[in-house]
Amino acid sequence: MTEQVPQTLRIDDEASLPAVRRAVDEAGRSLGFGLVDQTKLMTAASELARNIVLYAWDGKVTIEHSAGAGRRGLRLTFEDGGPGISDLERAMQDGYSTGKGMGLGLPGAKRLAHEFFIDSKPGIGTRVVFVLWRR
Amino acid sequence: MADVHIISINGVLVVTLPAVTDDGTAERLVEQVGARLVELAARAVLIDVSNARIIDSFLGRVLGSLAGAVRLLGAEPVVVGMRPEVAITMVELGMDLGGVATALSIEHGLAGLRVRAGRRM
Ligand SMILES: Nc1ncnc2c1ncn2[C@@H]1O[C@H](COP(=O)(O)OP(=O)(O)OP(=O)(O)O)[C@@H](O)[C@H]1O
Ligand SMILES: [Mg+2]
Repeated sequence: MTEQVPQTLRIDDEASLPAVRRAVDEAGRSLGFGLVDQTKLMTAASELARNIVLYAWDGKVTIEHSAGAGRRGLRLTFEDGGPGISDLERAMQDGYSTGKGMGLGLPGAKRLAHEFFIDSKPGIGTRVVFVLWRR
Repeated sequence: MADVHIISINGVLVVTLPAVTDDGTAERLVEQVGARLVELAARAVLIDVSNARIIDSFLGRVLGSLAGAVRLLGAEPVVVGMRPEVAITMVELGMDLGGVATALSIEHGLAGLRVRAGRRM
């Protein structure tokens, strides 16, 4: 399999999700992540990509390697130009959903991450960075 | 979504989770399982998730509503075959299946039902 990193994939409907999961799967494998970390990566990617589909309708993910302090990892950056999140503090709490979800995607992805950043501006969009280091 | 794979073993349905991608396919899954359950008057439904490499909050919600529908129809739902790495990730994500029984495999699930029914099948 050819290693295509960095790679940017468009996320504009539910049909984009399998491709995102597959690309993250391949990128993680090529870095040598173990099975549990690989599952965490794909689960977080699935949460964050579905949020774009549900709440922002159109966006993208960039999959790239991350290196620093003698470690290697994978960085996933999700960006959209959707409505943004007005109360980010609440959105990061378990159980907060403006849809019919369980409100677990954002706080859960943060728990799965080694590094997690979120930045959102109402009317402009949302950017989420998820990093997992190889142990 | 392809037709859901459902087999019946002595009044117990075994449902293999298909690739559920959106609310539409999730609804069809619940409909098809419900129809077979009623048709066969099944007393339990084993939901085999061994194919699922990940269970995210969406799929977790689908499993929860499937189990809820099974209960409403008077049968017992049991989630079987969850991969260990999936279970670990679900815990960290903060998800539980809302009290639905689980078993390691279809075999363990069937054995557990036998014990609970207090009789031999
Ligand atoms: N990319 C986004 N753009 C705009 N709003 C978002 C975005 N991502 C999340 N949100 C908002 O943040 C809330 C919390 O998101 P989170 O993923 O934690 O839960 P959920 O999607 O509602 O439910 P779950 O993920 O458990 O299915 C959402 O209900 C939505 O209002
Ligand atoms: Mg979500």
